[in-house]
Amino acid sequence: MAEERVTSSDDLEQLEALRNGDERAFASLVDRYYGSLLRLAMAYVPSRAVAEEVVQETWVGVLEGLSRFEGRSSLKTWIFRILTNRAKTRGQRERRYEPMGLGGDSGDNLDGPAVDPDRFLKSGYFVDHWVSQPNAWEDETPERLLLSKETRAQIEKAIEALPPTQRQVITLRDIEEVSSQEVCNILDITETNQRVLLHRARSKVRRTLEPYMEGQTGRT
Amino acid sequence: MDGTVKEKIMDYLAGKLTCKEVTEAVTEYLEGTFTFWERVRFQMHLGMCVGCRNYLRQIKQTIRTLGKLPTEPIPPDVREELLRRFRNWKKG
Ligand SMILES: [Zn+2]
Repeated sequence: MAEERVTSSDDLEQLEALRNGDERAFASLVDRYYGSLLRLAMAYVPSRAVAEEVVQETWVGVLEGLSRFEGRSSLKTWIFRILTNRAKTRGQRERRYEPMGLGGDSGDNLDGPAVDPDRFLKSGYFVDHWVSQPNAWEDETPERLLLSKETRAQIEKAIEALPPTQRQVITLRDIEEVSSQEVCNILDITETNQRVLLHRARSKVRRTLEPYMEGQTGRT
Repeated sequence: MDGTVKEKIMDYLAGKLTCKEVTEAVTEYLEGTFTFWERVRFQMHLGMCVGCRNYLRQIKQTIRTLGKLPTEPIPPDVREELLRRFRNWKKG
């Protein structure tokens, strides 16, 4: 297995244009990634103002690094890595981000089960089977669901409430749709650790959505 | 086929997996880290358990929805400032 994804031909084209000083190429890069970078930065630092600064610094870092970028990862992964490096430094200074590992994990790996234990039978032949089954959610497309301001706010709130490392992983994997290998590369974590963090994060977001989604079904 | 033997086989394959375990294993299942037999066991449980089928669908719907979450557009003044920096960078 290759360690990093090789830069795509689109990326190479864009890279060439950037190095040649093509302003439109830079503008399209900025338009495409600004919001994503801001979202990711918010997972590291305690305030929006600081996150905006980190994003600014990231673009400076991109310009500084352009000539040295070797194209061993996708352009997106490379930019996200610049951001996470800066955000980590800033987050440490702002005392929000704690490095993962011994005691510094803010309990991200240790928190509760995916589902409220009260929803399972406590004893008998069917112990740990559903006592209150999850219902089928209304089969709305994500696009239609997200038209609702309330749903968007619910999801954003659930993500904000996550411990930092869980928030970083779910932001990259599920919101930005970065591959698991690239996420491990960007965040410097193992596949196993990533999976645990992703699992915790997804479970919590689902839990937050559940009463709301069932309310949706009831309302129609 | 003898019903009780069939039931025993089903029990053997799926009975050991509880709904609670399914909810904790769902990410590994979706990430494709299961062995062939783990996957069979997992799917057997899903086949018999509507609660877990719904649960898996809910997780998938959560993921799909996250993937469509809109991001903020760049404010015009920030954009202008970045383009100015790019022009300066170009001049070297
Ligand atoms: Zn079940």
